[in-house]
Amino acid sequence: MTPSTPYDHLPEFDPTEPVKIDPLDRKNLLDRYYPDYRTDHKSTLMVGPNAGDIVPDEIAEILQSRSLLGKGRSNEIPAQPDIEVDLLIIGGGGAGMTAAIFAQESGARVLLATKLRVGDSNTVMAEGGIQVALGEDDSPVQHFKDAYRGGHFTGDPELLSVLVKEGPDIIGWLIRKGVLFDRDPTGNLSLRKGGGTTRHRLISAKDYTGLEIIRVLKEDLLNSGVTIWEFSPAVELLQGPEGSCAGAILRDVDNGSLKWVKAKSVLLATGGTGRLHIGSFATSNHFGATGDGLVMSYRLGARLVNMESFQYHPTGVIYPSEMAGMLITEAVRGAGARMFNAHGKRFVPELETRDVVAAAIIRECEEGRGVRTPSGHSGVYLDLTSIDRDMGEGTVARRFPNIVKLMGKHQVDCTVQPILVYPTLHYQNGGVSVDVSGHTSIPGLYVAGEVSGGVHGKNRLMGNSLLEVFVYGRRVGLIASQESSARKPFSWHEVSLGHVSRFEADLEKEFPGTPLSEAPVLFPDYRKHPDNTMA
Amino acid sequence: MFQYEAPEGARLIQVWINGKEWTVPEGLTLIQAMWYTGHEVIHGIGCLGGVCGACAAVYRMPGNFRLFNALACQTLVKEGMAFSLIASYPTQRAHYDIETLPDPKEGLFELYPESATCRNCNACTEVCPQGIDVRTSVWQAAFGDFKGVAESTMSCVMCGLCVSRCIAEMAPHEIALYARRAYGSRELPFPENLRHRIDAVHSGSFDRDLERLSHLSLEELKQECGVK
Ligand SMILES: Cc1cc2nc3c(=O)[nH]c(=O)nc-3n(C[C@H](O)[C@H](O)[C@H](O)COP(=O)(O)OP(=O)(O)OC[C@H]3O[C@@H](n4cnc5c(N)ncnc54)[C@H](O)[C@@H]3O)c2cc1C
Ligand code: SF4
Ligand code: SF4
Ligand code: FES
Repeated sequence: MTPSTPYDHLPEFDPTEPVKIDPLDRKNLLDRYYPDYRTDHKSTLMVGPNAGDIVPDEIAEILQSRSLLGKGRSNEIPAQPDIEVDLLIIGGGGAGMTAAIFAQESGARVLLATKLRVGDSNTVMAEGGIQVALGEDDSPVQHFKDAYRGGHFTGDPELLSVLVKEGPDIIGWLIRKGVLFDRDPTGNLSLRKGGGTTRHRLISAKDYTGLEIIRVLKEDLLNSGVTIWEFSPAVELLQGPEGSCAGAILRDVDNGSLKWVKAKSVLLATGGTGRLHIGSFATSNHFGATGDGLVMSYRLGARLVNMESFQYHPTGVIYPSEMAGMLITEAVRGAGARMFNAHGKRFVPELETRDVVAAAIIRECEEGRGVRTPSGHSGVYLDLTSIDRDMGEGTVARRFPNIVKLMGKHQVDCTVQPILVYPTLHYQNGGVSVDVSGHTSIPGLYVAGEVSGGVHGKNRLMGNSLLEVFVYGRRVGLIASQESSARKPFSWHEVSLGHVSRFEADLEKEFPGTPLSEAPVLFPDYRKHPDNTMA
Repeated sequence: MFQYEAPEGARLIQVWINGKEWTVPEGLTLIQAMWYTGHEVIHGIGCLGGVCGACAAVYRMPGNFRLFNALACQTLVKEGMAFSLIASYPTQRAHYDIETLPDPKEGLFELYPESATCRNCNACTEVCPQGIDVRTSVWQAAFGDFKGVAESTMSCVMCGLCVSRCIAEMAPHEIALYARRAYGSRELPFPENLRHRIDAVHSGSFDRDLERLSHLSLEELKQECGVK
């Protein structure tokens, strides 16, 4: 027997325009259905620097968690560290790799430790592109304004100012390394329009932008002399004199051994949190996006910002279920794709902002107008065939070859069939609070990339996070390595895990006798367990 | 908690994972089938989105003499399939600085002398999970057509499967990376619109305006940025 599929009984698609949304409806829609604004699945933090903040349950669970090292670890500190460096970089995505290359060039002894292989990250997955203000009608000032407005006026103006100003320069660096961004016939970088911006400002390398950059940077990083430890995730930061950061403990995933790193500066570049599946959403993120940097820095006392704010991309694949979470780029709606509910009706203007479209899809599904999938989820139809009808046969295949190829591998021909979609957890808007130098509230601890918070406020526009990763990767890498040489020397005897013991004591006070999870999570576990059936 | 699920009522099929037989539902990817059977996968997994190349796999089908290759995160299990991950394939990689190479065309033969020894077997093209015409790209590189290489290999995920098959012991994907970089860094002129903007930033053209924005009160800033 072949199981029934959502394609067995497609409704007739009614092309009637969906009703426009006025500002009040918009607010109601977001408040009721956008996960950030809903009050369900939320907890108030009771312990740590952000006590009192309301965050999703999954974030509260990892922040208010026990160490992976277990009890009785304080007497375990070895007589000597395994390695001593000027700068320890944790995380080998775009931010960490960029920081490492610049720090090494500036003369620092650098160790880069990462969870999987170098480059296995959210950065490699970026399709859309990078925002950089190059047009005649554009400027860094205009870029600033768009980003600030796009972040609902909650971004940090100082951080944004640096982002837009240093943007062009870092793109120049990538090009000199041989990154092939798309060009127009005159040889200029092609500029496309991204959501929420007033100018054409998005540069890209087909729909392989992240891949193209990572391939190039990885080769230079491997050749740079930076010491690289792969499959060695950090599990805890180390505390030094006066509450500073003094290094980290890494775990070799192949033999389980712990590696103790003494470092004058530590740069966290561990990326996002998609694999925590906040609110049980599927995710577009890579396998290692489990928010480890948040956990480790929070225990050491670093303040976080906007940890209630996440980006749910409206159009993630929900069926076939093995593809759950995979992104279908916003550009298909830009090109004229339409969305229909189970009754074949359009329910939201397709070119509304990401949060509104996502909220509308969730509304349709919660109110029973979603399409049920064989594994028990719901979604709506995203129909690309209108693109070919409006713009000529073959447009979909020409403009979105990667989508056609990937869906085709799973027996969906999206040039004639709709794709079933539901919002997917895509980006962590908030993170560890930083200043323009990547300083956190902990001396010696620096942060760059998606793990940081502040620059985008409560909403990031497409293309600004890749820019952030390279601008701040360079900047913070250089600053952290400079400041490492100025740091007052300290001895290994001054290094401790006192912060972990104190944090766990606070937890015990607040949640006496309650079993708490251990974190950082490191790897999501999708294995079939006796109590966790997959079929 | 979120879980990847096989469709309700999916047929159960036999597969061989690393040589051992298992029963799994149809509709799972190779990696999901490994999870389903309790394997912990750490080497051989990265993006789960078909772009990082960490999950190269080999498989055979019953009654077929051919050896197939695939990305394990994008390929569905089939009845009778026997597969293994090749999480890492050892590869030789040259050491160079693309910006200071005296002559990138000559440089190819110094760094990768084997790039001139292709024997045209086409195994690399047949194995490529991205459908790249790898053999052609190797010849394009050898003949100095770096632009051609850039166009034909843009979707390479660096999985290394082509290396595993090449009878001339080449690493075609590394050669392609070199050629693409040489093309982008040394052949294509630096984009004018970018050069212009970098110069303007360096000469301080935007400093006054950005400075002014940073001194506005939050209300004023909202006013100023609020209008599209
Ligand atoms: C599918 C997709 C498409 C996107 N498209 C775009 C786009 O078009 N434009 C745009 O601007 N942005 C885009 N983004 C967002 C952007 O790619 C990311 O925000 C950005 O790349 C994050 O870079 P990063 O270096 O901070 O983190 P990452 O690139 O995720 O790197 C973090 C690294 O740290 C490692 N790590 C994690 N925990 C530990 C630990 N405990 N110890 C050691 N290492 C650890 C991770 O494995 C990873 O290698 C997209 C994101 C996704 C997922
Ligand atoms: S060219 Fe080689 S490394 Fe690149 S995708 Fe094809 S087989 Fe993999
Ligand atoms: S596998 Fe090697 S020898 Fe055969 S065609 Fe490809 S590059 Fe040439
Ligand atoms: S896990 Fe990245 S390509 Fe399969």
